[in-house]
Parts: sequence; structure tokens; C-alpha cells
Amino acid sequence: MKLSLGEKLVTYLVLVIFAAFALVPLLGVVITAVSPSSSTSGFRMPESIELGNFVEAWDRGHFAQYIMSSVIVTITVIVVTTVLSVMAGFAFARLKFFGSNIVFFVLLAGLLLPAEAFIIPLYFNLRSAHVTDSYWALILPQIAQSLAFGIFWMRNQFMSFPGEVIEAARLDGATDLRTLWQIIVPPSIPSIMTMCLLVAMWTWNEFLIPLVMVTQDNLRTAPLGLAFFQGQHATDYSLLAAAGIIIAAPIVVLYFFLQKRFISGMLDGISSR
Amino acid sequence: MTVTTRLRSGETRTTGAAPSRTRRRRIASLKAFLYVAPALAFSLIFLIVPTLQTAWYSLYDWNGLSVATWAGVQNYIDIVQDEQLRDSFLHVGVLVVFYSFLPIAIALLLTMVISRAHALRGMSFFRTVLFLPQVIASVVIATTWLSIYSPNGLLNTLLRAIGLDSLTHVWLGDFNTALVSVGFVGTWLNVGLCLVLFLSGVGNVQPELFEAARLDGASGLQEFFGITLPALRGQITVALTLTVVSSLKTFDLVYITTRGGPGNSTSVPAFEAYNRAFNSGQVGSAASVAVVLTIGILLITALIGRLQPKDTE
Repeated sequence: MKLSLGEKLVTYLVLVIFAAFALVPLLGVVITAVSPSSSTSGFRMPESIELGNFVEAWDRGHFAQYIMSSVIVTITVIVVTTVLSVMAGFAFARLKFFGSNIVFFVLLAGLLLPAEAFIIPLYFNLRSAHVTDSYWALILPQIAQSLAFGIFWMRNQFMSFPGEVIEAARLDGATDLRTLWQIIVPPSIPSIMTMCLLVAMWTWNEFLIPLVMVTQDNLRTAPLGLAFFQGQHATDYSLLAAAGIIIAAPIVVLYFFLQKRFISGMLDGISSR
Repeated sequence: MTVTTRLRSGETRTTGAAPSRTRRRRIASLKAFLYVAPALAFSLIFLIVPTLQTAWYSLYDWNGLSVATWAGVQNYIDIVQDEQLRDSFLHVGVLVVFYSFLPIAIALLLTMVISRAHALRGMSFFRTVLFLPQVIASVVIATTWLSIYSPNGLLNTLLRAIGLDSLTHVWLGDFNTALVSVGFVGTWLNVGLCLVLFLSGVGNVQPELFEAARLDGASGLQEFFGITLPALRGQITVALTLTVVSSLKTFDLVYITTRGGPGNSTSVPAFEAYNRAFNSGQVGSAASVAVVLTIGILLITALIGRLQPKDTE
């Protein structure tokens, strides 16, 4: 159906206004980050572009250390979540077992519970087990939260996998485990990738779990590091903006390259719950 | 067909095979259970058991170190009687308007104007930009807005530039504007999300429907209420669930920008739960806030889920 010229113009105008609404604060950050560092002058367009803030934020904020922590936590969470989600998603989609409904319900609860529901006792439990102030305290709860989503995602994916192919593999004498990894997983890689991206984003951006679980500076993840950096340099907005860009950059770059996966993953993942 | 009937009749005749078949099924069932066991263990240890413990904690007075004393439902009574706690729940009501109702209303209005935008060239660019705030770490978003709202920040600079000096504020430091300023960040975050969601929903409507409506001489408004709005019911429920739950869970933004201040004008339940448990040694009270918040979130999710049209499931 053809749109009239007038309709097109109005549509573009609305889209441009709201794209600008979304972008202006973010462009403001970029402009602040390349402005000379100062705490008093306030926002204005810079006369020259200054990249020194990034270097200074990186050095003074220990961001090399924080990013390292974030990378360690994120990669571990992705690997464990993927393996366990694929296994459990397969079982729920394709195998029959006693109590599957109850188990599924328990995992569903994990998807709906907000972090506030469990974080307080979880902290005290992990403290008595001497696990707080370690990467494990960041990784294990994050896996538990990510699994809730991952299992639903993989189950939906595997339920739509053609049953005849699986039957054929079984008739050829393949075990369930072999059928899963050699027959079902390879064609499902795109949807597994989408899950990995979303888990990476949620883990990288997570704030509450690191805030509660670690006190040592060298264990802080990037967002937690930024929060502490903000506490120390409360009004040095140029440095803060530079630090913010450093932290947001990895996920934003991934997003620009794979935006369709991010958007469809987030919207489908949520609406299919 | 003949093969299956023959097999079935064979089964009924050889009754001796039945026990081994149940045993085989039991082994298969056990094997299948092993696939979900690790995930179940994670969920029980890190989510489910601690959640039940939260309910248990909420019945005690405990500072996190010494021996806890039984408090019964006193912590829950305090939520109603303690002004600070009561206010934190009332503030959520304001945030819901900014996080959920406003973005959905704005996005619906826009969808009405640009209902066929999904077919336009460049739509994928606009979708990417509109959705961008969703993928940025909330801590980064919070420091960004902290800078925008600062006395010499972007917002006050813009107001001065257009001659509205009288409207400039210390936005996050003023009792009158702090909560609204926090809420507006939610509006900024969620408008794009809702718009992308609704436009994709309209994209699923068959174009012939719109053409038929036009041929029948339907006005834009009739088109919207007759075709677009009904088609978007599923997306509206999703948007409601997402945005309402995100407003109830607001924590990162408040922690970074205001820590509940000035006074307790921007305190929210998630912040109170954190602050009481880990800073002021009121673990029991924190747990009771967490329980009420959790029940609220589960109830609202269930209620909104009921609005979901059955045919889209």
C-alpha cells in the first residue's frame, strides 16, 4: 500500500523527533566526555575535542581492573548458562519425565521473581559459606537468574524443531545426548547466539548483585566501578561521561552490529513467557 | 497401520514384558531428569530457597550480626505506619505513571499517526535508535541523567538558552522536582521500547484491512480504534507488564542519582530494602519490604497477563 507524500513527511517528522528525544541525552554524554575536564563550567559545546578524559578515567578509575572482572564474570555466566539451558530446554521440549511440570513451575518462578525477593538471605547464606567477596558470588547467582530465561528460550526453540529428524536419529541408534549436540544444536546456533547476547548484556549491566556481594576493589565489575567512581568524582562530569562510555561501549557496539537479534530477542523472549 | 496394530496386539499378549518396560521407562525418566537437575539446583539454591528465607526473615528483628528476635508481623505493620516506608510505596505509584502510562500513551498516539511506518525506508535505523537506551547499563544511564539534571547541566543550559531562566532548578535536589525528574528518566527509557513494540505489532496487520477501511471511507481515528488498537492488544499487555514491573523494581537509578533524597522524597521500596538490609542493620524490616514488593510484582504480572488475548498465545 502506497503512502501519500504528506503521510510520509509526517511519519518521518515524528520518527526524527523521537529518535532525537532518545539520542540527545546520549549525544550530550559524548560531547561532555570530549570536553575539557572541569567541574564548574557546565554544559557547552566544546571548542576542541579532547580525548584525555578517557585516558584519565581509565587510569584514575581502575577501569582496566573493573572491565577485567566484568569479562571474567560475563564469559563464565554465558558458557555455563548456555550448556545448562540447552540441556534443560531439550529435556522439557523433547523428553518425558516424572515431575517435569513441577520442575518447570519452579524454574518459571525464577523468571518472575525480582532480585529483591532473594538477594538479602542470599547474601547472608553466601557469607556463611565464605563465598562473598569472590567472583563466585557474582557468577553463581547470575547464572541462576539467566538460566530461568535461557531454559524458556531454548525450550521454545527446540519445540519447533522438526520431530521427524529426531525420530530418524533415534532409529539410527543415536543416544539422546548425541541427538541433542549433533542433530539439534547445530541448526539452532542462531537462536543460541541470541540467547548468549541477551545474557551477556544482562550480566555486563548488572548492578545490584555486585553491589551487595563484593567489597574488594579488585572484584568490582564495570558498572559497580562507575558507581564508586561517581561517588569520588561527583561533579567531574567529563570524567564520568568518559567512564560511562567506556563501560557502555562493548554492549552498544555489539548492539549496532546485531540489533535485529537484540530487539527480537528481548521482545519475543518477554512476550513468549 | 498394519505394523502398529500388530505391535500393539503383540504387546498385550506378552504380559511378561511389562515390568521391564516400566523399568526402562523409569530409567529414561531418571536420565531425562539429569538434564534439568543442574538448572534446578541453581534455581533452588540461589533463587527459591533464599526467597522463602526472605519471608522467614521478615518475621524477625535482626541487625545482621547478633541473635535475631521474633517480631511477628510487626515489620509489616511498620510498612503501613512508618512514614518513610509508606512513602516509598506511594512513590512507586508516581513512578508507574512515568514509566508505564505515559510511554504507552505517547507510543500509542504516535502509532496512530505513523501506523504504517514499518514499511518505510530507513525504519530499521529508527528502530535501532529508539531501542538504544534499552541496552545501555542502568548505571551509565543514571550518571548521564545526573549530569543532565546538574545545576549547569544540559537541561538548565537549554532552558537558559530559550530564555526560561525562571524554570531552571536543581532538579534532583529539590523536594518538589526530584521524584518527577527520576520518573522522567523512565519515560525517556520506555517510549522507544513501546514504540518499537507497537510498530512491530501494526506490521503484523494485513495491509488489505487498512485498504478496505479506506475504501469504506473510514477516518484515521476510526481506522485506529477499529483496526490498529484491537490488533495491538497483545503488544499493549507486554508493554504494560514490562514497564510496570520495571517501575516497581526501580533501584539502580535511585541509588546512583539521589539515594532516596532529598529527605526521603525519592525513596522506593527496592532502595529501602537494600538500604535497611545492608546499611542500617534492619534486616527484618528490609525483608518485609522485599516480600510486599515481590507479592506486588507477582500479582500485577498475573493481573496484566489476564488481559492478554487468548488467540495470540
